[in-house]
Amino acid sequence: MNFDKELDARGLSCPLPILKTKKALNDLASGQVLKVVATDPGSVKDMQAFSNQTGNPLLSQAEENKAYVFFLKKK
Amino acid sequence: MGSQAELTAAGLTGDALDRAIRERVDALLDQRLAAKLAEIEAAKTPSMTIIATKGTLDWAYPPFILASTAAALGWNVSVFFTFYGLELLKKDLRKLKVSPLGNPAMPMKMPMGPKGFRAINWNIPNVVQSFIPGYEAFATKMMKKTVKNTGVASVAELRALCVEAGVNLIACQMTVDLFGYSHDEFIPEIKEYCGAATFLPMAKDADVSLFI
Repeated sequence: MNFDKELDARGLSCPLPILKTKKALNDLASGQVLKVVATDPGSVKDMQAFSNQTGNPLLSQAEENKAYVFFLKKK
Repeated sequence: MGSQAELTAAGLTGDALDRAIRERVDALLDQRLAAKLAEIEAAKTPSMTIIATKGTLDWAYPPFILASTAAALGWNVSVFFTFYGLELLKKDLRKLKVSPLGNPAMPMKMPMGPKGFRAINWNIPNVVQSFIPGYEAFATKMMKKTVKNTGVASVAELRALCVEAGVNLIACQMTVDLFGYSHDEFIPEIKEYCGAATFLPMAKDADVSLFI
């Protein structure tokens, strides 16, 4: 999937992946896509909740090489 | 729904007419009110207020984690720091300590050494803990090391993220006076020094209000 910015949140625990995702989204324009890579297992549920609450669609999420990869579209 | 004249023409008069009108108005009101309330709810920015009363390294986490996360979700957040909670607003956070004494739920595990060694939960009796000088400082050092090892943010980092995200940090002036503190001991990002009368109206309007 194409993306405009990548955030490496590997090794970070709750709530840092979400806080860093929020900050990274601030730098994007509406419609742009952010790729987030995290290792915190809690981030799977948290990223969905973050997407629901903030209205930035979660385009996809997958597990790759012991990491969770998310694609979020800035609303 | 016809006009009164039509209803009258339809044979409805007196009580029957009143009842027909009332039922119709009630039905319309229910319909529109639900839609209007949903609209107001959707447009509203959620808000949270927290009262932070604890000043130890472990208890520093819940208010800052919840406040920074809520701010990331786009909520308005205010945290009222009172009593020992004021420690969390000091310029120097390195003095925060954790005490395993009288805290049977706290796991005492070493952050270093082989895996098997790190898994051991050292069950040290209170009487021994209180007898060893520097036990608290040791436990604090171990906790900070564990925090670093597991990728958990430091308290200073979480607080900085709260400030950056626009969380309102509010300090209890009464506690400042009670403990003999001065304002220059605290970070300048504190929005205001005030009392319960200022905080309570904020809590009244908040969707989530927590006492920590």
